[in-house]
Amino acid sequence: MLRFSKIPIVVLAGFLLIFPLVCTGISALHGYISLMVFAGIYCLITIGLSLLMGYAGQISLGHAAFFGIGAYVSGIATVRFGVNPWFCMAGGMLVAAMVAALIGAPSFRLKGHYLAMATLAFGLIVNIVFREESAWTGGPDGLSRIPGLRLSGFMFNSTIRFYYLVWVIVLAAFLFAINVLQSPAGRALRALHTSETAAKSMGIDIARYKIMIFVFSAVLASLAGSLYAHFMRFINPSTFNLLFSIKLLIMITLGGMQSLWGAIVGTVLVTFLSMEWLQFFQEYESIVFGGILLLALIFLPEGLTGLPNMLAGRGKK
Amino acid sequence: MTAASTTAPHAVLRVEDLVVSFGGLAALMNVNFDVTQGTIHAVIGPNGAGKTTLFNVITGYLNPTEGTVFFEEHPITGLKERQVAALGISRTFQTVELFDNMTVLENVMIGWHRHIRSSLWACGLGLPFIRRQEAELRRKAMDILDFIGLADQAEDRADSLPLGARRILEIGRALATQPRLVCLDEPAAGLNETETETAAHLIRAIRDRGVTVLLVEHDIRMIMGISDRIVVLNYGEKIAEGTPAQIQADTAVIEAYLGDSGAGVYA
Repeated sequence: MLRFSKIPIVVLAGFLLIFPLVCTGISALHGYISLMVFAGIYCLITIGLSLLMGYAGQISLGHAAFFGIGAYVSGIATVRFGVNPWFCMAGGMLVAAMVAALIGAPSFRLKGHYLAMATLAFGLIVNIVFREESAWTGGPDGLSRIPGLRLSGFMFNSTIRFYYLVWVIVLAAFLFAINVLQSPAGRALRALHTSETAAKSMGIDIARYKIMIFVFSAVLASLAGSLYAHFMRFINPSTFNLLFSIKLLIMITLGGMQSLWGAIVGTVLVTFLSMEWLQFFQEYESIVFGGILLLALIFLPEGLTGLPNMLAGRGKK
Repeated sequence: MTAASTTAPHAVLRVEDLVVSFGGLAALMNVNFDVTQGTIHAVIGPNGAGKTTLFNVITGYLNPTEGTVFFEEHPITGLKERQVAALGISRTFQTVELFDNMTVLENVMIGWHRHIRSSLWACGLGLPFIRRQEAELRRKAMDILDFIGLADQAEDRADSLPLGARRILEIGRALATQPRLVCLDEPAAGLNETETETAAHLIRAIRDRGVTVLLVEHDIRMIMGISDRIVVLNYGEKIAEGTPAQIQADTAVIEAYLGDSGAGVYA
């Protein structure tokens, strides 16, 4: 049976709780708190992607666009119309859900990897809209003066406060995803990944499940986008391009696609590598990053979270 | 041998004037037969006779060119695989289509899918009724594993089982959908004698539970041993229908399988 043990989740929660306290104490690690905010925001997207790609086996190359939809709905509605940020967040999720259903419905009626193609095109189109509709989006210069978040008088106006907000949401999404995977819905998703033929004979509505999980992952990405906009208080189109969609794939591949833990591990690792640890290599950063990926794919086909199993398997032989 | 498709009131499945042609090639030509409630009904024939095509039409995996399939008096041709399954027709596959990355128990639990609640929200929030439902599903799935004799392997991954057990598990999964008709596509293919005997025993047990069994099989000895009625196809046409004894004496059948000189081989 697919079972997630409770202990690692408690360990993760404990680690996340004390992480900022440790970082504040050590001056060299100060920057790590904001890195973890970014990592948390990206984790929201990759948790959804892990369900969609790792468990249900559907490829999306356009999640940067859903991330962008959340960010721009929040940005535009707060800056141009002064709407309450929390409403904007919900609004962005609603828009992302509708758009995902619109793209998913036709793509999933076809056999094969049409979702990958549809989302690739969709991602490019959305990015063009962000860049060209400058009256709304601010064009390539972006949108600034996005307000921060407040909850009845409490301002999320420091990195640490935002850190806790983001990671509470990430943990909630993570637990939700775990519950899904351990339930009939999760079994249906894993079933259609393994054999659509057999899943149909069990009376499983394949298209419905694919759309449902695609919409769910789009909603999480949009939520991440809104958080990003209110954290950075500035957004521009280059954050939400195809490269970012690819980077999301790298995160879940490196972590281990067939594992929800892989999404967390891979996302945090890639965020730290690309935003901090590999900065040392300056213009060679991409090459080193590419090299790490290549080695990971060759030697760790199941990602980092597959490593313990691999070692155990080798030990047996 | 002309097919007399009299509408018996207890016919759970009725195949009427079925024609399937792929381009110019006719895989099934005017096939007619009834399957009686609570029986084991076999379809046999040499390779390429159209047996699997017939199965795919009945279970919604293929639309016929002409003709109709009735299940409990209702036409089901044109329905999707999932809709056919929802009516109470379950099937197995010649190639064994298990959910390999899941445990034996999970494979059987999936069988209940169409009878249970599985909304993403309720599941994600881990609502109490979902948890109760899971516990109940486990219990029911264990009952099925007891029935098919795989209870000891409940927590093993499906792909770790030998072929014989995989075929048995696939039958168990089909039973879990609570079908009124199960269609077994070569349940003994690739099995040794003991495994075949186990499968035959299980198929009889399924019928004795009141579930009608339609089966396609190559293993003539098994067919003759367990079937209540047999339809013989050759080149897409029904050439004979009757009890095992009648089929064994049928010259057209013997000819189809062995040519004229093979008479008496089944005796």
